[in-house]
Amino acid sequence: MRMIKRGSISRSKALCIRLAAAVLSLLVCAIVIVAITKQNPLEVYAGIVDGAVGTGRRLWVTIRETIFLLIVAVGLTPAFKMRFWNIGAEGQILMGGAVSAAVMIYLGKSLPNALVILLIFVSSALIGMLWGLIPAYFKARYNTNETLFTLMLNYVAMQIVTFCIVYWENPPGSNTVGVINAANRGGWIPPLFGTYGMCVLLVAAVTVFIAIYMNRSKHGYEIAVVGESQNTARYAGINVKKVIIRTMMLSGAICGFAGALIVSGSSHTISTGTAGGRGFTAIIVAWMSKFNPAIMVIVSLFLAFMQQGAIQIASQFGLNENASDIITGIILFFLIGCEFFVNYRLEVTIKNSPKH
Amino acid sequence: MKKKVLSLLMTLVLSAGLLAGCGGNGAAPAAGGAAKAGSGTAASDIKIGAIYIGDENEGYTYAHMKGIDDMMSELGLSDAQVIEKTNIPEGEECFDAAVDLAEQGCNMIFATSFGHEDYLLQAAAEYPDIQFLHATGYQAASSGLENFHNYFTKIYEARYVSGVVAGMKLNEMIESGKITADKAKIGYVGAFPYAEVISGFTSFFLGARSVCESATMEVQYTNSWADMSMENEVATKLIQGGCVLISQHADTTGAPTACEAQGVPCVGYNVDMTSVAPTCALTSSANNWGAYYTIAVQSYLNGETIPVDWAGGYSDGVVYITPLNSDAIAPGTEEKVKEVETALADGSLHVFDASTFTVGGKQPEDELISDGYYHESEKVSAPSFAYIIDGITTQE
Repeated sequence: MRMIKRGSISRSKALCIRLAAAVLSLLVCAIVIVAITKQNPLEVYAGIVDGAVGTGRRLWVTIRETIFLLIVAVGLTPAFKMRFWNIGAEGQILMGGAVSAAVMIYLGKSLPNALVILLIFVSSALIGMLWGLIPAYFKARYNTNETLFTLMLNYVAMQIVTFCIVYWENPPGSNTVGVINAANRGGWIPPLFGTYGMCVLLVAAVTVFIAIYMNRSKHGYEIAVVGESQNTARYAGINVKKVIIRTMMLSGAICGFAGALIVSGSSHTISTGTAGGRGFTAIIVAWMSKFNPAIMVIVSLFLAFMQQGAIQIASQFGLNENASDIITGIILFFLIGCEFFVNYRLEVTIKNSPKH
Repeated sequence: MKKKVLSLLMTLVLSAGLLAGCGGNGAAPAAGGAAKAGSGTAASDIKIGAIYIGDENEGYTYAHMKGIDDMMSELGLSDAQVIEKTNIPEGEECFDAAVDLAEQGCNMIFATSFGHEDYLLQAAAEYPDIQFLHATGYQAASSGLENFHNYFTKIYEARYVSGVVAGMKLNEMIESGKITADKAKIGYVGAFPYAEVISGFTSFFLGARSVCESATMEVQYTNSWADMSMENEVATKLIQGGCVLISQHADTTGAPTACEAQGVPCVGYNVDMTSVAPTCALTSSANNWGAYYTIAVQSYLNGETIPVDWAGGYSDGVVYITPLNSDAIAPGTEEKVKEVETALADGSLHVFDASTFTVGGKQPEDELISDGYYHESEKVSAPSFAYIIDGITTQE
């Protein structure tokens, strides 16, 4: 058996391979479900759909989780397109969230709400920008390893948030901050067409902006060139250091802003779980989508859908939450694995048989 | 083109299949779910929701899940009448879970973790016809919501009894010459430095000192509810620092494991620790939440009002200590325990008897101290005793 790299593949054929992978993954999931739980897999799938979109409220929660994942993936896109391994979105989200909580706590009771929200957006983007700038500067200036650097900054952010929680905890000693400004809702993003309508609009705006920025602007082109080859970029007269720093500031700013949306738009508190692993999951989203924002919407939606469905089947069938992780894992395995068959084809050769 | 049509068809069939499956299995509408407290409800009509911070693999949540099960068999509820949501963090997910339970038609919704309270309050404000009940919280009385209630147990009573067991053991060690009386130092692995934990270790200490006068105690915090390696480490450190007996207010078996390795007697919490410390675990203080769940659901069914703040102890059968480990306890412990338990149940003994402790050398002035004792968990169900009394040292 030999692997042969495909020269090119038609879009419909690639789509067919991916669809086949999706169907296969659902089949394997069904087998696993039956084997472990003796439940009817169709019922379990129905439970997932019911949990994700079964009621208006559940639909909104799924939408919320989708857009939070999406905006982080969108924020990571410029960095990864530049082949800058930004593993630090988690920390950038946490810092943005912590600053948002600070604004809500210290200004949320005295200033008008619109101003508070504006301040939250600006300050969270700035702190995210700083959290992106630090590793970018060291990468550009000293060529440090950005993967380790951004990863370590996550821990710094986590410790800062832990400190903030102890500092703001309410009531003292409880190790939680509690819902901030529950009474006057100061700094809470107001609902629009539904609880999270405003967040949807904001995330959509950022997504469209990045789509245009990456594909239609000179900056976007420079990022793509630096990502392909720094030497080519230098030869073409692109200031690589400047591009790295500028791009990471943008990437960090969007992730910091994501933190603001999570804190001010949804949880109204800050904890070390505020980012909730989205900074890492979003990396999968960005790569699986090949940095295409439109596909990111679909992938984010799919992951959020499975996650919300999982919560439902956990309570409906008395399964542990881990059961849903297994399902999501199997599906991701097939979807990522099928990219191999999009890029390569297998040819079976029988020994001693004449070559054709 | 043909392939495109085919793939489109496949997608359609797949999604149609999923949707069709959904129709038969959708959540029951909330019809009839809004019976007000005061009207009375048949047991077969009630629907209960429960929100847990962890799952059955974690001692605290396990105790609550068992409590719900006990309540179900006591009142004859079917599995379909109870919806349990596990591993719900203390964030917006708790609000989502509470609202989802409300929309599924639950009449009573329980949540068990301290940080759930704010989110449960939000849901309670949105669904005034549904009863929301929160364990360990403190805001029910001040929230002004008629459908929001707090509950807790007088676990400090059981801790006091387990302290007596520990004190007897210390006496045995002194009498056998293993330690001198001035070396009777207890080590305590605490979770967080706030009232629930402080009230707990104080009652444990007062129980120990009631039988072993020379006892002292050192408390170290882990700043986590459940961190097995940290609890193990802190317990080991306490033993190295001269503590001859260990107790805990943290959820894992970390401390008893360390004690078994070092041969130091220990008192656990929530679950029987003899499985990990067969020769060292004396007993554990524990909650029997089922007693409360039965009372709460029964009052709803009877149409009676559910107390805004509820805390039960020995007299209600809500707290107990796990079976004494005869391989480890001092002789005479069983009789002493019975005597103390009876005195707690009939109200002749008060754990926070003001004559038994001082703070900074004198008795603290507190509006909750009257009739000679501190009225713990009476005004608000959550523990409030937060004095570090003389004889105890703490380290964060």
